[in-house]
Amino acid sequence: MPLTDAAPIVTRRIGNARSWTLSSYLDHGGYQGLRKALTMAPADITAEVLTSNLLGRGGAGFEAGKKWSMLAKPRPAYVVINGDESEPATFKDHMLLENDPHQIIEGTVICALAVGAAQAFIFVRGEFALGIERMTAALNEAYAHGAVGRNIFGSDFSIDLVIHPGAGAYICGEETALIESLEGKRGFPRIKPPFFPAAIGLYGAPTIVNNVETVSNLPWIVENGGAAFAALGIGRSTGTRIFSLSGHVNRPGNYEVEMSKVSFRDLIEDPRLGGGIRNGNKLKAFIPGGASAPWFGPDQVDLALDQDAVGKAGSMLGSGSIVVMDETTCMVRAAWRITRFFHRESCGQCTPCREGSGWLDKIMRRIEEGAGRESDLDLLFDVCDNIAPGLSWPPRQTTICVLGPSIPSSITSGVRMFRDEFLTHVKEGACPYG
Amino acid sequence: MARLNADNEKRARDLIALYPESRSSLIPMLHVAQEQDGWLMPDAIAHVAELLDLTAAEVYGTASFYDMFFTHPVGRHLVSVCTNIACLLNGGFELLEHAEKSLGVSGGGTTHDGEFTLEEVECIALCGEAPCLAVNWRFFGSVTPERFDTLMADLRSGALADEVPPHGTLCRVRRSVGLPAAATPESVTGPEVPSAPGGGRPQSPGTT
Ligand SMILES: Cc1cc2nc3c(=O)[nH]c(=O)nc-3n(C[C@H](O)[C@H](O)[C@H](O)COP(=O)(O)O)c2cc1C
Ligand code: SF4
Ligand code: FES
Repeated sequence: MPLTDAAPIVTRRIGNARSWTLSSYLDHGGYQGLRKALTMAPADITAEVLTSNLLGRGGAGFEAGKKWSMLAKPRPAYVVINGDESEPATFKDHMLLENDPHQIIEGTVICALAVGAAQAFIFVRGEFALGIERMTAALNEAYAHGAVGRNIFGSDFSIDLVIHPGAGAYICGEETALIESLEGKRGFPRIKPPFFPAAIGLYGAPTIVNNVETVSNLPWIVENGGAAFAALGIGRSTGTRIFSLSGHVNRPGNYEVEMSKVSFRDLIEDPRLGGGIRNGNKLKAFIPGGASAPWFGPDQVDLALDQDAVGKAGSMLGSGSIVVMDETTCMVRAAWRITRFFHRESCGQCTPCREGSGWLDKIMRRIEEGAGRESDLDLLFDVCDNIAPGLSWPPRQTTICVLGPSIPSSITSGVRMFRDEFLTHVKEGACPYG
Repeated sequence: MARLNADNEKRARDLIALYPESRSSLIPMLHVAQEQDGWLMPDAIAHVAELLDLTAAEVYGTASFYDMFFTHPVGRHLVSVCTNIACLLNGGFELLEHAEKSLGVSGGGTTHDGEFTLEEVECIALCGEAPCLAVNWRFFGSVTPERFDTLMADLRSGALADEVPPHGTLCRVRRSVGLPAAATPESVTGPEVPSAPGGGRPQSPGTT
């Protein structure tokens, strides 16, 4: 449902009857990208992906082709696909896993072919029971079809693929925690350096970790060429991207639109997209890229959905999820709920994250419940500053992973925009929104 | 039952064969154990440890990190209500309150008849259909209090038994392939594979 003329790419088959089956996939051009890739030299596949400038869709937005080029030489090397999607308000990979599993398998095999991997693993969030069933059924079909396994489509390329279920832990979305979890351990992020699993990853071997949506773009890119993908969007933000829209909009859902050409306002208001705010209410604030992202106010609603533009404005497109909050929203409650999430999900390795998230949760809760103190706002900022010194953007890091510095986002941006509302909670000992 | 039964032990050994290092099969194997008994019984943990040449403490150490694994009995239906941001904005807490009142339990508690365990959870990636919940990780969106009560009644009566398998059952589709399998003649034509999850019905993905 694009707003520009650009046709959707990764969601184009969703809505087809039984879109998750091989027969439906083949009826709609499935596995043509892989067939073409098998006729290309691996380096040429990587070159097309570099040309496309496909940015990772998992949160950090790193160029996929560049990551592949950084893969260290030692072999074996592995490919791990990140389908752990647990960032609050993000629900695009969930949809892709359930409705187009073959596209993910095709993209994964293309990635494995390009980088010369020995085996590939698709890590699916454990809670996605139907997604795991559909992925497993699709893998069985793909093997039978000759798209995975030995001598794929009669070529000399062979690869095995494993659907690996997670077991419930947000932190396992972080790529080094995901690798630990895939090794059968607790999901503790690894200390950096090495900064990338591309150097030392799964079983200590060079490993490419890419997001489910990222690899879902690969069949199209190989078939149509990297230049066709790069022709969409503006500047570094190329192609199309799925945005998960939720909160107080009339039509919440996943929308794939051309990058950079659509603004937050379009996404929220266009009748083909969000369809406006419920009950004709006014916009109070919105989260531009998942719970880890600092909030924006109505004055930033005309920003484009462009990775660099949003970054410059002091937040991030992150996981591509936009949460709309209308004028009836209690900002203290919203910020507290997000803070509690981080407190629950901190893996506990780093003191600033483990202790800081607990403090912030407690302070936010007492403000929300009307038991806050005047000094609490300063205390909140003090604790936030201990987690991410200077409270700059992008945040500075005192912790092993960036979950830590993500914790202050909702509090600092919330207090900066709605200081009076926080103070009213403290002074009146109650929430003005009931 | 407590140790893995013969069929599940075979599944466990098949899982080991999938990975370059056996310990990688630990979490999938724990899902098999939880499917068998509804939770991770001490003997099952010991059996898994034996199969992987780990200590029971190592297995427990990993299992206890993850929210989906239970080391105590839970109800036949694990009801997980989301109250994270998108759900909060659309009545998630009100739904949770209703669920607590309606079932008479809260905070991970189980009803006396062992039918329902109720827990509050973080985002379950169905935010486009907030407020929402999962039962044994089968998802239900746009849940009003009335719909909640109907749903619980249907679960209790067994009317939803096809859609919602007992707690612990994650994946009803068995992997029937692998590189060694692909080398055998019958796999050239391809094994019989289900194209949809057993008894599954098409489910709304949370998109519009
Ligand atoms: C706390 C935390 C949670 C994350 N969760 C996810 C996730 O659920 N899915 C995902 O693809 N990436 C997630 N990431 C980003 C991954 O670390 C990694 O950058 C990404 O999977 C790389 O794939 P991409 O380059 O294709 O985006 C998370 C990062 C952090 C710090
Ligand atoms: S920042 Fe938090 S989640 Fe990340 S490693 Fe440290 S304690 Fe764990
Ligand atoms: S916030 Fe409730 S499902 Fe995402």
